Parts: sequence; structure tokens; C-alpha cells
Amino acid sequence: MTDLRKSAAIVGAYEHPVRYAPDKSETLIMAESIIGALADAGLEKKDVDAIFSAGGLSGYNLVDYLNMQPKYADFTTVGGASFEFHLSHAVTAIAAGRINCAVIVYASTPRVTGTLVGTGGFARNGSTLSDPVPGSFEDLYGKTTVGLYAMIARRHMHQYGTTSEQLAEVAVAMRKHAGLNPNALFRDPITVEDVLASRVISDPLHLNDCCIISDGGGAVVVASPEVARSCKTKPAWVLGMAEAIAHQGAGKRDLINIAAAQTGAPAMEMAGVKHKDLDMAMIYDSFTITVVETLEDLGFCKKGEGGDFVSGGRIELGGELPLNPDGGGLSSNHPGMRGMFLLIEATRQLRGDFAGTPRQVENCNLVLAHGTGGALGDRHSGGTIILGGD
Amino acid sequence: MVNQSQWKKPLPTITGETRKFWDAARKGHLMIQHCEPCGYQWYPRGFCSGCWSKEIDYVEAKGTGKVWTYTITYQNRTPGFNEEVPYVLALVELDEGVKLFTNIINCDPKSVTIGMDVKVTFVQATNQIHVPMFEPL
Repeated sequence: MTDLRKSAAIVGAYEHPVRYAPDKSETLIMAESIIGALADAGLEKKDVDAIFSAGGLSGYNLVDYLNMQPKYADFTTVGGASFEFHLSHAVTAIAAGRINCAVIVYASTPRVTGTLVGTGGFARNGSTLSDPVPGSFEDLYGKTTVGLYAMIARRHMHQYGTTSEQLAEVAVAMRKHAGLNPNALFRDPITVEDVLASRVISDPLHLNDCCIISDGGGAVVVASPEVARSCKTKPAWVLGMAEAIAHQGAGKRDLINIAAAQTGAPAMEMAGVKHKDLDMAMIYDSFTITVVETLEDLGFCKKGEGGDFVSGGRIELGGELPLNPDGGGLSSNHPGMRGMFLLIEATRQLRGDFAGTPRQVENCNLVLAHGTGGALGDRHSGGTIILGGD
Repeated sequence: MVNQSQWKKPLPTITGETRKFWDAARKGHLMIQHCEPCGYQWYPRGFCSGCWSKEIDYVEAKGTGKVWTYTITYQNRTPGFNEEVPYVLALVELDEGVKLFTNIINCDPKSVTIGMDVKVTFVQATNQIHVPMFEPL
């Protein structure tokens, strides 16, 4: 394969501060995020020749709204990992010489619309009623997003002895980080006991094992090395990338292994890095179990040892592998597809945007981001990105 | 037996691809598909997803298996399920080796465990649709 390392970089990043948006359309939050990310990079509308967003068919509505003429458009929609897929695709398009500068953008307002993201039963995700799945053989039984993760948590506990206390450690760490982020929705510290005392949504997952529901959005600007050199920011170089879809496998797949098992090794091999080289990671934290499973399948610890790995402060700032210094989806923001924010925080950490504050990971030069979309119990996407500092 | 007018949950769509399954379900038989080289597959579809051959047969499953994992659902706002919480959503591994989504019924949700032996039972949703669920063996 062509060596794509440093073929492109994230040169602009903007996380919209909104967490409740009664007066803004999703498209306006996207426009404001693009404007913010371009200003961050020191670029303008005329510099952008490609757009990536996770809106599926609504992609052309977005392009209309933005009144732009992209020569490359990609509306890949695979849930929370969509933006890791987009970045991977954008790098490939830049390396092939098709484009020079792309924006990847996202916004959603489930909070203001009262969308029951995790417990409202199932959106069909594009499938028609005549497709056997999910309609005819799964939706009959009351799947929820929380339930599908809870089933994997239950199995993990059964196979490996993982405890609810260990899962709670993830929620506690994320809340601690959120306390350092003025935009985070939930900032008051919580304890393991608080998590265990929160109501059970789908056994064994408690309310505080679940990501929050917020409005929000963000954007990143991805550019060729030539454009990157003209920007006012330090580039965050894409060094490695891999994507995968994990599914039922005709009823025969061992669902305890997630898509990260297919993406971690190739992404790290492409980047030429090892686990010990990484200064921090952005791990999609839809639920506490998601983090445990992802860390295991990316190879940060052996399968089954994730519960122990996340305990004792290892994943906190100052720990061996700080995760999600922004407070993650468990405490900062989760509009539905959080993969965008993994890229934004990773970029800002690599640039040292938080230098002099406790949120900054010291000497941060190499970050892994892993997005997960869909649900571990039935089908999901996984996208791993390795980013390096300039 | 559930009165069909009370059935508020989603219903399957019967198509040419799945008609044999639902016809058999109505008579109390759990059918799964088998391909000679690839073995069993779940869920039913109009071809073998292993080798992409269109040659695939339905065979009757024994109807027994073990709970591979489960969750007791305490919150689901969808009509039909909202009224039934807490209920058990499970993946059952059939003796034939394929895992399927189902509910474990006719028992206390808290008595369900991973590895528990279960057997299929059919719940009538409409005249046409009998939904396979599982209960303790």
C-alpha cells in the first residue's frame, strides 16, 4: 500500500460550545462550526474543495444551505465512528490529488427535540420494512441502544469477572475531566458509589454508565501538507487509519470482540507506532463498557483485563494513558454521533491548546482516537485514527 | 395468549425471503437455514451469506439452546415495551450454534442467567404472526 503517513493533517478544529440549542437549526450549528474551524486554521470558504458529513441523503441539503460547490462530497453515515471514516477517506482523497482542503462537520440537537437516543427503541438506520433485519427478527424483542451494550457488559462480567465498580471507574474519570472543561454539561464530581446508586436503565448498566444527551456540533479542516504549511495552526498529522464493521456474522460471531479488534493493529502498524508510544487516547465512551471493550481490543491490555486497566486512575489525566480529557460523552457532550469530538480534542491536545492548565496532557505528541458507531450487541462501526504532532 | 388487538409492539414484514419461516412459526416450528458447505445461518435470508450461493434450505431447529447473554430492560419508551418493563432481552445460542435475539419469558427476569437452558415457545401476535420467544427448559 502507498505510504499515506503525513499525506494530510487536521489544520483547524472547532467544538461548538452549545449544549442546549432551542434557537439554532442543526445546519446553523454546522455552519458555525465550519466557520470556527476555518478561522482556527486561518483559511476561508474559497479554500475548501470538499465536504464530509454524516447526514446520508440530507448531505445535499447541507451543501445547498452552505451554498458551496464541493468537487468531492462524502456523506458516509456509520453512527459515532462516521468522522473517523471521513478523516480516513479525506486523507486518501488528498493523497490521490483529488482535493486539497476538506471540512468534516457534524451537529445534532436531540436534547432540544427530546429524542430518546438510547431508550426509545430503534431507528431503522436506513433499512426498509422488507429487510429481514432489524425489522423482522430483532425489533420484535425490544432492543434499545442501552440494552445492546448492557448485553455485552453482562457477557463481559460472566466471562472475565468484570464488576460494576470497575465500569463505574470510567464514568468517575470522565466526570473528573469534565470538571476541567468549562463547556462540559456535567461537571460536578461523582464517585463509584454514585454511579452504582444511579438507577438501572438496562441491567447491568446504570444511568451514569450511559453517555449524556446534549445538543452540539463541531468541525475539523483537513488539508494537504502544502495547505497545512500556510495555516496559522500547528498541523496534527494523520499517521494511521483503519475502519471496520463488526456484525452478527450469520449468528456465529463471538460478539465479545468488537470492531476495534480489526482496526487497532492495522492503524498502529501503518503509523509505525506501539502502545507505549501513545501519550493519550480519545476512546468513544457511549457507555462505560464501550471503553473497557475498546481498550482491550485495541490491545492496550489483554482481553478480559479492561476492568482492571481502567481502575486506579490509569485513564485519568496524569495517569498512564489519559483518556478523553474533555470529559467525553459520559460528561461533556453527546449529541448522538460523538466521533467528531474525538478528532477535535486530539488535535487541540497535540497543539498544546490547553498548555498551562490541568486539562493539557504533558508533552503530547502522539494520540490514538477510536470511534464506535451503532451498538456492540448487534452491529457497529469502528474507526481508528493515529494523529501525530508537528 | 395475547389478544391480537393488544399487540402494540413492532411486527415482522413477511416477504418471499421469510415466508417459509413465518408459515412454520405459525405451526409451532422454529426453522433455521442450512447451507451444505457453510452450515447454519441466522437470520433467514434469500441466499447463503457465507458463500453467496442461492442454494439454501430451511431445516427445523431442535428449539433448545442456552442464554448467551441478556439484559433486564427497565426503560424502553416504545409503545408495547414501555408497558412490559422490566423484560428480558436476550441472545440465545441454539444447539445448532447460531445466536438469535429473543425475549426470555414465563419466568422471573431476575432468575435468568447466562448459560441457562431454554426452549422455544411461540407467542401469537396476530393470526398470521407467531413470534418465537424462549422460556426456561
